[in-house]
Amino acid sequence: MSTQSTRLAARLMVAPSVILLFIWMIVPLAMTLYFSFRLYRLLSPERTGWVGFNNYIWFLNSPDFWLAIWNTLALVGGVLVITVVLGTLVALLIDQPVKGQGVLRILVIAPFFVMPPVAASIWENLFMHPQNGLFAAISRGFGAQPILFLEQHPMPSVIAIVAWEWLPFATLILLTALQSLSSEQIEAAEMDGASAFSRFRYIILPHLTRAITAVILIQTIFLLGIFGEIYTTTQGGPGSASTTLPYMIFKQAIVAKDIGRAAAGGIIAVILANIVAVFLMRGLGKNLDA
Amino acid sequence: MGKITLRNVAKRFGEVAVIPDINLDIEDGEFVVFVGPSGCGKSTLLRLIAGLEDVSDGTIEIDGVNATDLPPAKRGLAMVFQSYALYPHMTVRKNIAFPLKMAGLDPAEIERKVDGAAKVLNLSNYLERRPGQLSGGQRQRVAIGRAIVREPKAFLFDEPLSNLDAALRVNMRIEISELHQTLKTTMIYVTHDQVEAMTMADKIVVLNAGRIEQVGSPLELYRRPANLFVAGFIGSPKMNFIEGSEAKLHNAATIGIRPEHIDLSTSAGTWKGTVGMSEHLGSDTFMRVTVEGLGMLTVRASGEVSVQQGDTVWLTPQDGKLHHFDANGKSLA
Ligand SMILES: Nc1ncnc2c1ncn2[C@@H]1O[C@H](COP(=O)(O)OP(=O)(O)O)[C@@H](O)[C@H]1O
Ligand SMILES: [Mg+2]
Repeated sequence: MSTQSTRLAARLMVAPSVILLFIWMIVPLAMTLYFSFRLYRLLSPERTGWVGFNNYIWFLNSPDFWLAIWNTLALVGGVLVITVVLGTLVALLIDQPVKGQGVLRILVIAPFFVMPPVAASIWENLFMHPQNGLFAAISRGFGAQPILFLEQHPMPSVIAIVAWEWLPFATLILLTALQSLSSEQIEAAEMDGASAFSRFRYIILPHLTRAITAVILIQTIFLLGIFGEIYTTTQGGPGSASTTLPYMIFKQAIVAKDIGRAAAGGIIAVILANIVAVFLMRGLGKNLDA
Repeated sequence: MGKITLRNVAKRFGEVAVIPDINLDIEDGEFVVFVGPSGCGKSTLLRLIAGLEDVSDGTIEIDGVNATDLPPAKRGLAMVFQSYALYPHMTVRKNIAFPLKMAGLDPAEIERKVDGAAKVLNLSNYLERRPGQLSGGQRQRVAIGRAIVREPKAFLFDEPLSNLDAALRVNMRIEISELHQTLKTTMIYVTHDQVEAMTMADKIVVLNAGRIEQVGSPLELYRRPANLFVAGFIGSPKMNFIEGSEAKLHNAATIGIRPEHIDLSTSAGTWKGTVGMSEHLGSDTFMRVTVEGLGMLTVRASGEVSVQQGDTVWLTPQDGKLHHFDANGKSLA
C-alpha cells in the first residue's frame, strides 16, 4: 500500500468501521458529559436544569472521594505488582520440562475462566470466612484467632482476590515470551560464566520487558474498572474502607439514584484513566518499540 | 594451555545413540575441524566438550583435569554459536564485556580489554550499537570478540560461517585463521563444508553417524583416505568410484580416482567415453564423461579445452593416483 490510489482506497475501506467505532465511543461520552452538568435525580424527576459544576464540586468535596482515588490506585498498583512478579516466577517454573506439563499449564490458567463474582464468592466463603474458611481453620490449627480478612483488611483482601484472577493472564503472556527466548542465548550466557540469577537478571528479564509492558498496559485498563469483586464481597465497606471510584459511581447511580453526580464521577474516572495512561506511556511506551 | 582428551565418550538421547563411542586427542594450540554431513553429531560432540550436554559415558579431560562433570563456565572454554547468540538488548560493548563482568573484573580493566578486542576485530566504530544494527559479518565478529576477551583455553566454533554470503565467508575464514595464528590458542571448529575444513585445519576429524572415520591433516586425508566415506567426502568435485570388472583388474572391490587426476585426450587413452554435461568455471572445466562399462566419471580439464557435448574422448588415470578399497569400503594400502 504505497501508491496514492491504494492509500486512498485503503482509507475508504476502513472508513465505515472507523466511523462506527467513533460514534460508538463518542455518543456515550457526550451523553455522560451532558448529564454531568444537569440536575437529574430519578427520585425527583420533575426537578431538572443546568447546575454548572455542582455535580463535580459535590464529588470532589465528598469525604470518600480521595479515599476512593487512593483505593483505586492501590488496587491497580497492588494487583500489577503481584501478578507481574508472581507471573514471572510461575512462568519460569512451568517453562521447565516436567511430566504432565500440559495438565499443569491448564491448571495454572484455570482461574481466568472463573467469573469475577464467582471467584469473589469462593474466596469470601471458602477461604476468608471467619468460621467456615480455610484460612480460619489454619489459624485455629495454630491456636490463633482467625483473621477477619474482609472486615479488618478489606482492601488487601480485594487486591488478593483480583490478583488471583489476573495471575493466569500475566503468566500466560510471560510464558509465551519466555518460550520465544533462544536457548542459545541462555547457553552463551552459561558459557560466559553467568550464574542462574545473572542469567535471569541480564538475559531473561530484558527479554521479557516488552511482554511485561503489555501485561501492565492491558491489565491497567481492566483493573481501573474493577467492580464485581467489591460488590460481591465488601460492598465498599466496612464504612467506605474499600470504596473505589467505580464503586462510588455505582453508589451514586444505583443507590442514590443521582444520575447527574454519577455522570460527573464517570467523567472524573475518564480523566483519572487518562492521567494513568499518560504516566504509563511515558514510563513504558518506549519498551514497545521494536 | 588447551589440551583436550576424550575417552570413550558416548551420548544417547533416550534410546538413540547419537555418539556411540569416541576417543580423541586434541593438542594444545591445534586448529581442529570436525567435519561431516548434517546430522552426524558434530554439534552434539562440540556441546559435550563445552559442557552444554552431559555425556552418557566416558570422560573429558581438559589440560589433564577431569572436566566431565564441570559446568560450562568452569571449563574455561569459549563458544561461538551458529546463530551468534548475541544479547540483543545490549550494545556491542556490553556484549563483549559480559563474560568479564560475570567474572567480576573491575570496570577499567574490562574497558581496556574490550577496546583491545574491538581493535583486533575492527569493531571500534560500532561499540555503541546494538547487534540488530550490524551486518552478518560484524555480528560474527562481535561473537568472536565476546569469546576472545575471556582468554579461554580453547575456542569452540559451531558452523560460524553458515549464515554469511559466499564472499564474506571466504574473508571470515581467513580472519579466523589469522586469529589462530596470532592467539595460538586451541580451536575446535565444526562445519559440514569440506572446503572450510581443508583450508583452515591443522587436523581434520571426519565424522559419520557419530563415529570418527579418520583423523589427519588435510593433505593426509586427501592423499590417503582411510575408507570410501572419507574419500568421497574430502575433495571437490567428489572422487569417482568404479566397481565391477575394472576394479577387479586392480584386485579391489572399488577403485577411486579424483577428477583432477584424470588426463583427457581426443586421440588415445585407457578409457573411451562420450562427453556429457560440462561446467565451465573459466579456470577449469568439470566434464561428465560416460565410459562404457564404468559409468559416469567427472573429469577436471583446463578451462581452454575445446570439446563439445557428444564428442568422443579418451581418459587416462594418472600414475599412482588410483585409490583401492576392499568390499567393506576400507582402503587397501
Ligand atoms: N536434544 C536432542 N534430543 C534428541 N535428539 C537430538 C538432540 N540433539 C541432537 N539430536 C540428534 O542427534 C543427531 C546429531 O545432531 P547434531 O549433533 O546437531 O548434528 P550436526 O551438528 O552434525 O548436524 C541428530 O540426528 C539429531 O536429531
Ligand atoms: Mg550442527
